[in-house]
Amino acid sequence: MSTPCSAGRFVDALAGAGFDFFTGVPCSLVGSVIAELERRGTYFGETREDAALGVAAGACLAGRLPVVIMQNSGLGVSLNALGSLLALYELPVLLLVTWRGYRGQDAPEHLVMGEVLPRLLDLFAIPHRAPAAAELPQAARWAGATARETRKPVAVIITPGVLA
Amino acid sequence: MTLQEALGTIAPHLGDAVCIHSNGYMSRAAYGVRDTPRCFYMIGSMGLASSIGLGIALVRPAERVVVFDGDGNVLMNLSTLARIAAAAPRNLVHLCFDNGAHASTGGQATISNVVRLDEVARAAGYRWSGRVDDSQALAAAVPQVLAQDGPSFLLVKVELVAGAPPGPRVPHTPVEMTHRLRRALGAEP
Repeated sequence: MSTPCSAGRFVDALAGAGFDFFTGVPCSLVGSVIAELERRGTYFGETREDAALGVAAGACLAGRLPVVIMQNSGLGVSLNALGSLLALYELPVLLLVTWRGYRGQDAPEHLVMGEVLPRLLDLFAIPHRAPAAAELPQAARWAGATARETRKPVAVIITPGVLA
Repeated sequence: MTLQEALGTIAPHLGDAVCIHSNGYMSRAAYGVRDTPRCFYMIGSMGLASSIGLGIALVRPAERVVVFDGDGNVLMNLSTLARIAAAAPRNLVHLCFDNGAHASTGGQATISNVVRLDEVARAAGYRWSGRVDDSQALAAAVPQVLAQDGPSFLLVKVELVAGAPPGPRVPHTPVEMTHRLRRALGAEP
C-alpha cells in the first residue's frame, strides 16, 4: 500500500476544488478528515446521514458546494434523500463515503453493504471513484468539476488506509 | 381551523422570508395560498424540510427562514429537532401543522395526539416553543413568532379534512424551484 494522504492535504484539495460546506456523520476511516475540518471550524456534524443531505441541500440552495461525509452504512439511510431530493432537484454534493466491508474483510455488519457499494452507486447513477492515496487530491478536483457540470451528487469512496 | 385557513392567516406576515414546505398536502395547500420565488416545495424526502431550512439558515444568517412542516414529517425525522436546537440558528422558524394524521395518504393516524411535539421541541432546546389551537390564537402569535430570535417552534393544531386535496399540485418542476430560489438568494445569476 502506498503512503497515506494527510488529512490536511486532502482537505486543502477539497477546498481548492470549490467545496465550502462540510457536514456528515463520522466513520473511523475519515476520523482525521473530520478532525481537520473541526480544527478549521468548518464542520457541521449531523445526527443521521439523510439529515446531513437535507442540510447540504439547503446549503446548496444558498450557494454552497457541500461535502457530506458518511460511512457506507449511512448510504443505505440516504437513498431516498439522494433520489427524491438531491438528484431530483439537481443539487450537487460530494458524498465522501467510506468503504467498510472492503474485500469482505470487516465486522459482519459491514459485509452486505461492503459487497454492493460500487454497484449501489451505479444503480443510482452517481459517478464515483475509489482513489489510491496518491490520487486523492486529483479525485477532489474531479469531484468538484463533475458536480458542477452534472448538477448531481458525486461520490469519492475512501478505502481503508488511504488517509493518514 | 383548516390548514388553508391557518396558512391564510400566516401568509400576510411572511414578507421576504425563505419558505420551505414539506411534502404532501402541506406543499399543495401552501402553493394554493401563496407562491413566490422564495417558496420551496419538497415533493419527496419526507422528514427533511426542517433540515433543508436549517442548511439555508446556517449559510444565510441574515435571511429569515420559515419551515412549514407537518406532524408526520416531524415524527419521521425527530432528530432534526435536536440538531436545530443544538445549532440554535436565530433566523429559523419551525411551524408544525398538526392534523394528527398522514392526510395525503388517506388520513392514517400519527401519534401526535399522544406525543406533544411542541413539548418535544421545548425539551430539545428550541429558544421558544408554543402551541395554538384556533385562528385567533394563531393570528395573535404569528407576528411575534416571525419577529423574535429563534429557533422557534409553533405547533398549529388544524382539522383533518377528508376528501379533496387542499390545493393544486405544485406546477413548478423541482429543477425550476432550485434555480428560482438560488437566484432569489443571489446564489446564481
